[in-house]
Amino acid sequence: MKLSSKDMLGIRDLPREEIDLILDTAASFKEISERTIKKVPTLRGKTVITLFFEASTRTRTSFEIAAKRLSADTINISASTSSVVKGETLIDTARNLESMNPDIIVIRHSAAGAAQILAGLLKQSIINAGDGAHEHPTQALLDMLTIREKKGRIEGLTVAIVGDIAHSRVARSNIYGLIKMGANVVICGPAMMIPRGIERMGVTVCCSMRDAIRNADVVMMLRMQLERQEKNLFPSLREYAQQFSLNRDNIRLAKDDVIVMHPGPVNRGVEIAPDIADGPSSVILEQVANGVAVRMALLYLLSGGTK
Amino acid sequence: MNVVLKGGRIVDPSQGMDAVSDILIEKGKISRIERDITPSKADSKNTLRVIDLQGMIVSPGLVDMHVHLREPGFEYKETIRTGSEAAVAGGFTSIACMANTNPVNDNRSVTEFILKQARLAATANVFPVAALSRGQAGETLTEFGDLKSAGAVAFSDDGNPVTDSGLMRHALEYACSLDMPVLSHCEDRGLSSSGLMHEGFISTELGLPGIPAVAEDIMVLRDIALARFTGTRVHIAHVSTAGAVQAVREAKAAGVHVTAETAPHYFTLTDEALRGFSTNCKMYPPLRGAEDVEAVKEGLSDGTIDAIASDHAPHSSVEKDVEFAYAANGIIGLETSLALSLKLVRDGILTLPQLIEKMSTNPAHILKIPKGSLTPGCDADITLIDIHKAWTVDAGTFRSKGLNCPFDGWNLIGKAIMAIVGGEVRYTDTGAAV
Repeated sequence: MKLSSKDMLGIRDLPREEIDLILDTAASFKEISERTIKKVPTLRGKTVITLFFEASTRTRTSFEIAAKRLSADTINISASTSSVVKGETLIDTARNLESMNPDIIVIRHSAAGAAQILAGLLKQSIINAGDGAHEHPTQALLDMLTIREKKGRIEGLTVAIVGDIAHSRVARSNIYGLIKMGANVVICGPAMMIPRGIERMGVTVCCSMRDAIRNADVVMMLRMQLERQEKNLFPSLREYAQQFSLNRDNIRLAKDDVIVMHPGPVNRGVEIAPDIADGPSSVILEQVANGVAVRMALLYLLSGGTK
Repeated sequence: MNVVLKGGRIVDPSQGMDAVSDILIEKGKISRIERDITPSKADSKNTLRVIDLQGMIVSPGLVDMHVHLREPGFEYKETIRTGSEAAVAGGFTSIACMANTNPVNDNRSVTEFILKQARLAATANVFPVAALSRGQAGETLTEFGDLKSAGAVAFSDDGNPVTDSGLMRHALEYACSLDMPVLSHCEDRGLSSSGLMHEGFISTELGLPGIPAVAEDIMVLRDIALARFTGTRVHIAHVSTAGAVQAVREAKAAGVHVTAETAPHYFTLTDEALRGFSTNCKMYPPLRGAEDVEAVKEGLSDGTIDAIASDHAPHSSVEKDVEFAYAANGIIGLETSLALSLKLVRDGILTLPQLIEKMSTNPAHILKIPKGSLTPGCDADITLIDIHKAWTVDAGTFRSKGLNCPFDGWNLIGKAIMAIVGGEVRYTDTGAAV
């Protein structure tokens, strides 16, 4: 089986079978990262460009490591070093990169739809590493891989996603993916951060943190995205922490075997108490490890690989 | 040369006429409307042109009361000449151009410059709308009296809302005393400022910040309240929401002097068109939800909305071939407006006379310009329409410099086949058998 699209732009239009394919492939690739010699020749001779118009440590590094473990050549371009600062348009940048004939371009951009512009323009495979508040498909895939590993399934689980839903591409991609895989998704956050009409995506909206995490199998905490918010959106971080922080007190409402997830970077003491982030329920670092495996799987499958 | 238009169906709402008849144009004016005007012996081919219009609609020249011609300042997007050529190609013999040029049309010299360029273009009649406030900054009123005498027909800060209610009140009072209309761009920036598209399920899915319908509704309600309080007139530009339609409907019923326009895209497209992030679907107000589109159609049908105007807003690829968030607002409309509006007639929402009223008679009346009528003695501004002509939109062939058209590639029905301005044929559709 192969992926049906040349690009990975989002989870919304990704069929369930292809999610399974990516997760199965990723699971089989995990072992490579645990070897002494962490490299296989699968993508030797392929070139992967990461084009990041937004700051990122985790995601960019994860893509680079994933590509290198498969023996692809990687080139990282970030906005501060690119010709963007000289006024070049995204389309011109993309066309110039295309002329150098890479195989895969990974793009992160603060504007929703940016990856789609490239996908429509270039013959190369485009991977969306986050576009505005729209989608972040590889994050959702690594989250689903982590849930599947820990719980043995996704279908039938109750997943609570808590935080600034309105500005979160992670929330959107996870909602699409988890609902497709048969989970019950409850979302929760300050009322002004719950975007209009989100029930139509198939989620249950809950205003109270305690109600949202009651009997949850998975609690996914999101970061307050202060850099994306307009002013006057919320009174203070103190107020936020009081109302929407996951802590020792409220986590008891969730199932005993709850797992706690966070896409990072974590604002300790804001959306999550430090002892919970570091506690036995937390799978935050396993998410990061799975990120490399999922990205390896995706680079492999988009390069024409099959399973 | 004098002209006889023979055998067309004359639809002129200004005189309640809908009949097959002939029109004689003499010296640039409508001279007579009668059945069977036959050339006299004194007329030769050199002095009288006879145009056979069997099966065609003869309408008073269409008036687009809301266009952006971009000159002075943004000539790479459009000029008064290219905009006027686009106008007549779309059947519009008169257009009113907004003031958001550079420099802003907030003083006599800019108004006079626009009129001079329009004269040189000698295509459509161009009626400048002057800025309501200096620099459209929303602080100090422009010199309404001087601008009127220079040739401005209305005042508007279109593109920017007038945030200061006190300034808006004074503008309404002073404009009314000069018998001039104020055209209001209704937007509460506190609600809309960071938004990029209509706020609803689609904006939630796309992760784009929303512009709520209530941002428009609130300002429409404010302007109605000001018009009621001061006993003045206000015209609401580009109505796009169900709330705004209802507010105008109720105000009219209560006797407030309010008029309203909408644009073809607000009754043709919904926010669904934004999927795919096409920057040619980005404009202000944004494409709204299906219930708003239905409300706009109802408002047109029951007379709440008086006029259809294109809000023709040309941009170049520099502003549009970029990320959605960075793209400029606006789409071109002059060359698609009539065909998109004729669909309202085919769908039974408006009769043809009602449509022509909203695209000619009413906007002329709102702007208080002597247009929109075929009454003998009037300027011979006439649009000839083939309401059955099928054609495919190809923005690349448009007279407008703008390519920012969400309808590119659409198959439309109905087209202006000729535009006559002051008795002169300014546009003939290629392939039209006239």
